[in-house]
Amino acid sequence: MNGDIYREQIIDLYENPLNFGVLDPNTFSYEEDNPLCGDVIRIDVRLDDDQRVAGVAWSGDGCAISQASASLLTEEIKGMHLDELKNFSKERLLALLGVPLSMARVKCALLSLKVLKAGAYGLPDRDALRGADE
Amino acid sequence: MVGATADKHYNSPMLDVEKIRVDFPILSREAYPGVPLIYLDSAASSQKPLAVIEAMDAYYRQTNANVHRGIHILSEQATNAYEGARARIARFINAPDPAEVIYVRNATEGFNLVAQSWGRTNLRPGDEILLTEMEHHANLVPWQILAQQTGARLKFVPFHPDGTLDLSNLSALLTEKTKLFAFTAVSNVFGTVNPTKELVAAAHAVGAVAVVDGAQAVPHMPVDVQDLNCDFLAFSGHKMCGPTGIGILYGKRALLEAMPPYMGGGDMIRRVELEASTWNELPWKFEAGTPAIAAAIGLGTAVDYLSGLGMERVHRYEHFITHYALEALSEIPGLRLLGPDASRRAGLAAFILNGAHPHDIAEILDKDGIAVRAGHHCAMPLHKKLGVNASARASFYLYTTTAEIDKLVTGLHHVRRVFRL
Repeated sequence: MNGDIYREQIIDLYENPLNFGVLDPNTFSYEEDNPLCGDVIRIDVRLDDDQRVAGVAWSGDGCAISQASASLLTEEIKGMHLDELKNFSKERLLALLGVPLSMARVKCALLSLKVLKAGAYGLPDRDALRGADE
Repeated sequence: MVGATADKHYNSPMLDVEKIRVDFPILSREAYPGVPLIYLDSAASSQKPLAVIEAMDAYYRQTNANVHRGIHILSEQATNAYEGARARIARFINAPDPAEVIYVRNATEGFNLVAQSWGRTNLRPGDEILLTEMEHHANLVPWQILAQQTGARLKFVPFHPDGTLDLSNLSALLTEKTKLFAFTAVSNVFGTVNPTKELVAAAHAVGAVAVVDGAQAVPHMPVDVQDLNCDFLAFSGHKMCGPTGIGILYGKRALLEAMPPYMGGGDMIRRVELEASTWNELPWKFEAGTPAIAAAIGLGTAVDYLSGLGMERVHRYEHFITHYALEALSEIPGLRLLGPDASRRAGLAAFILNGAHPHDIAEILDKDGIAVRAGHHCAMPLHKKLGVNASARASFYLYTTTAEIDKLVTGLHHVRRVFRL
């Protein structure tokens, strides 16, 4: 019954996350939690002289969906320009996850994107949060 | 599975659960096509027996009118039903006088009422409010607001790792500075049954007012406010077979009489002039505006239903099912139960499973038709102290069967397989 959401790839990423760790020095680093469920994600990004992602790492704790999402997102943005980070859509991340999510779980899936955008914009989390949630 | 029926450790269930389940229409629905519903989230909100649903339906079909206002037959009958329910609810908690039983929306509103009415009148800077570290946000945040408003200080009784209160330092925490001691009778995460009567007595010994959170106690065990001698008791209707939107604040008459109104409006006044008004008598002084009439009648019927079964029997049955559940859950590898053993807990079991987040547990169980709660259960400070972000919680009621517990165990093994544990 649960095959759809907890497919192999999600569990694989939960067990063996990609780009897990911290990046120091970095261009920006941001962390946020979802106090409702306790998920927390930090993303560190290093940009090269052309404003492209030269290095990325994430760390945190939470459910399989939030954690798999962080792996997929950080993998996807490698080499991406800062402007692309700012415009990375939630649909794109949800498509990367590729599993049907209830409304409650969409929040888990999008936490990593919220964190990335808040870091990219260098804005207080509230503004970025709005951008990722809408 | 666990062989419980012949085990002498268990009290005889006494309740005919299969018969009771027929009274709850929702229990016969499927969660998903072909997947029966296993509802293990009654601590969040219980299901409703047909009698409650029908009482509210009948009220709207045959009696609906505003209360305390009209001369006509409908208003008189609505008022009688509304006040009759209050009288039965008063008897249910053995309140000496129905005037001490105030209709509120839920336990949360009850605490806010005490904080804003009694608290703002009586607290001064330097006074202390004693709480415990295991409180639901409903019995924490209103006091935080009150402390900010009055300059009073909050203090907290800690809990032991097993989820029981650490009362070793109580005499240092509960002093003449303490004006109010608010605590839960039953923890909504640990399930711990706290020594309520003793804590009330300890509060009174230093002259403090004792406020009891009965949200997880009144639905599940006999609660007698005269025996407890508590000053206030708040609980919610929807956790005890009643509808949402109705709860009760019990308060001792002398305290309620001296308190100013919480909200102003119709029904709570005796006489209104443009510049000032005088207040109605108890309990209506605290019931501004048209109340949740149908919901109050529904709660009255819920109390009739529970009284008909007998709260002592309900309590014994839940003890049996909790004991059964704790034994079954403790056999699951990697599962850590929060809270004390069955002898000191009410009908719920919060737990953590190594390698699987509570949200993932709840999601997989849901697809198997099993409804549990995942998250912090409105007790963030409690989880923080335990060093976990969240937990999963299965909670039981008079309609929970051992077969459902067995299916929960099967579901948790399913979770373990999905997460390769």
